[in-house]
Amino acid sequence: MFPFFRKKSSTLTARKRDVPDGLWTKCPSCSELVYRKQMHRDHGICAKCGFHFPIGAAERIEMLLENKSFEEWDAGLESVDSLEFTGTSSYVSKLESNMKKTGRKDAVICGRGRIGEHAVALAVMDFDFLAASMGAVVGEKITRLIERATAERLPVVIVCASGGARMYEGLFSLMQMAKTSGALARHAAAGLPYIPVLTHPTTAGVMASFATLGDVIVAEPDALIGFAGPRVIKETTQQDLPDGFQKSEFLLKHGLLDMVVNRKELKSTLIQLLDYFRPHRQGEAKAS
Amino acid sequence: MYALLFEKPIVELEKKLEELRHVSADQALDVSGEIERIQKKIEQSRREIYENLTPWQKVQVSRHPMRPYPLDHIRRMTTGFLELHGDRDYADDRAIIGGFAMLDGRSVMIIGTQKGRDTKSNLECNFGCPYPEGYRKALRLMKLAAKFKMPIITLVDTPGAFPGIESEERHIAEAIAVNLREMFTLPVPFISVITGEGGSGGALGMAVCNRLLIMEHAYYSVISPEGCAAILWKDRAYANQAADALRLTAKDLIQFKLADEVVPEPVGGAHTNYDAAAEALKQKILKHLAALDKLSPQQLLEDRYRKFRAMGPFKEPEPESRRRFRRKKS
Ligand SMILES: [Zn+2]
Repeated sequence: MFPFFRKKSSTLTARKRDVPDGLWTKCPSCSELVYRKQMHRDHGICAKCGFHFPIGAAERIEMLLENKSFEEWDAGLESVDSLEFTGTSSYVSKLESNMKKTGRKDAVICGRGRIGEHAVALAVMDFDFLAASMGAVVGEKITRLIERATAERLPVVIVCASGGARMYEGLFSLMQMAKTSGALARHAAAGLPYIPVLTHPTTAGVMASFATLGDVIVAEPDALIGFAGPRVIKETTQQDLPDGFQKSEFLLKHGLLDMVVNRKELKSTLIQLLDYFRPHRQGEAKAS
Repeated sequence: MYALLFEKPIVELEKKLEELRHVSADQALDVSGEIERIQKKIEQSRREIYENLTPWQKVQVSRHPMRPYPLDHIRRMTTGFLELHGDRDYADDRAIIGGFAMLDGRSVMIIGTQKGRDTKSNLECNFGCPYPEGYRKALRLMKLAAKFKMPIITLVDTPGAFPGIESEERHIAEAIAVNLREMFTLPVPFISVITGEGGSGGALGMAVCNRLLIMEHAYYSVISPEGCAAILWKDRAYANQAADALRLTAKDLIQFKLADEVVPEPVGGAHTNYDAAAEALKQKILKHLAALDKLSPQQLLEDRYRKFRAMGPFKEPEPESRRRFRRKKS
């Protein structure tokens, strides 16, 4: 878990904090005042410059899935303070305040739904909940999602965002990286497709596990995507970071991503990909 | 010799012993009784100190500049170590070494992270922090072992994967993730040992195994105590408190069922006796290898999956269906 997204000066926090109040909000990229209702209709994209504001997990599900097709799985799972973490503030109180803030028990929503005509197992990470850090609940819910998708022969789509592993759960949180990756190994062996969608920011432990194990890896524009935080890298290496370092476009150029997709086209792109992955399409091609 | 801060009482006794020896040599006095007494005291002091190390002190022992590194253990535990190089893609990362070796009469693939002892060797192996090509080399060697049905043994002692520009440009996260996934598919016995520092994803990227062992004074953590302190206390100086909070010692990991067994170290730490440390390590590895030999390839995969599948406690309300069933029954 890295602190870089907490820095007051960074646009990341600025984005988040400016959105909730008032009818209008200022675009951190072009400084245009954006009417919030309009922005909501535009899926959180600035009409003037195309800047992607972070959007909530519920909004994301609404945007991607067919109306009323979502069936949530494992919503009741709750984190426990297994380490009895003794830090500056207790883990239990952190969990409580984040539950209150988001109305959810932890940092990921999982379930089944339809994207176009495709039934999928979908997970959406909720950055508002403790920076969508991965503890035992996130790891377990994602693992169950993948296992169930394997059993029911469903494609998996995971909309990723994360500050990394959840420090308060110590080594348990690290082990979720292995757990989720193991489930993906079985899903892959069953010949089923997996598409992670990397949104701003996807980093550290999530990045070094299920976020980068896709058959096709999709990212939103201008998202911060990386293993180590930029500040850690700067401090360790004493080097200046290149322009656009760890941004989607940088990673596309360096060969990690299959595509960077504007949020407006995300759903249609996923449908197109799922069409290509459909088993009977291969059958049809052979038959004709 | 390099001494840690909390070893000061030992160092002082050793100084006294040295002086006494000088005196006896210079003045031909018989102080053998006194020498013996101090030697006993040193032994006792060392035992007391090392039996009561705090988590943060253990972290320091695990980072001791004279701590035996994986190659030191490999040279003592095995014969005929034949190192293999390179990831067949970009480079040969010197922070990860590996190759064939004979362990108690059988061939194994043994892979370890590697730190240096001086500036030159540390520059070469990047202070034990692997680049992506290190993880890709490790996976190549693991797959080679699986092809020829050899057990895989990994020895881990790394502060973590290297956080640098080139690491990101060559996708360190993806290299680790692919290792995590692929290690679940290798149908041979797989034993990992945290021999020193178990630094987060950089350590896990070599350790999806059937049996996880940890040396007595090693640690394994999701984040370094300094990193944790910098985030929570906004000051790296609180590493001591962070080390307590993270529950990163061998004892903690056994309690949480995250590690299978602790490998005892010689009194005073592995750095005081390389041969004894390597021998203890070898015996534990052989013991677990013998147990894993009884499993079929399919059972080995299932065992590994179940092992990690069970990690991570959480609360779950009773499913609705079961509750209804119970109501009907009563
Ligand atoms: Zn704008």
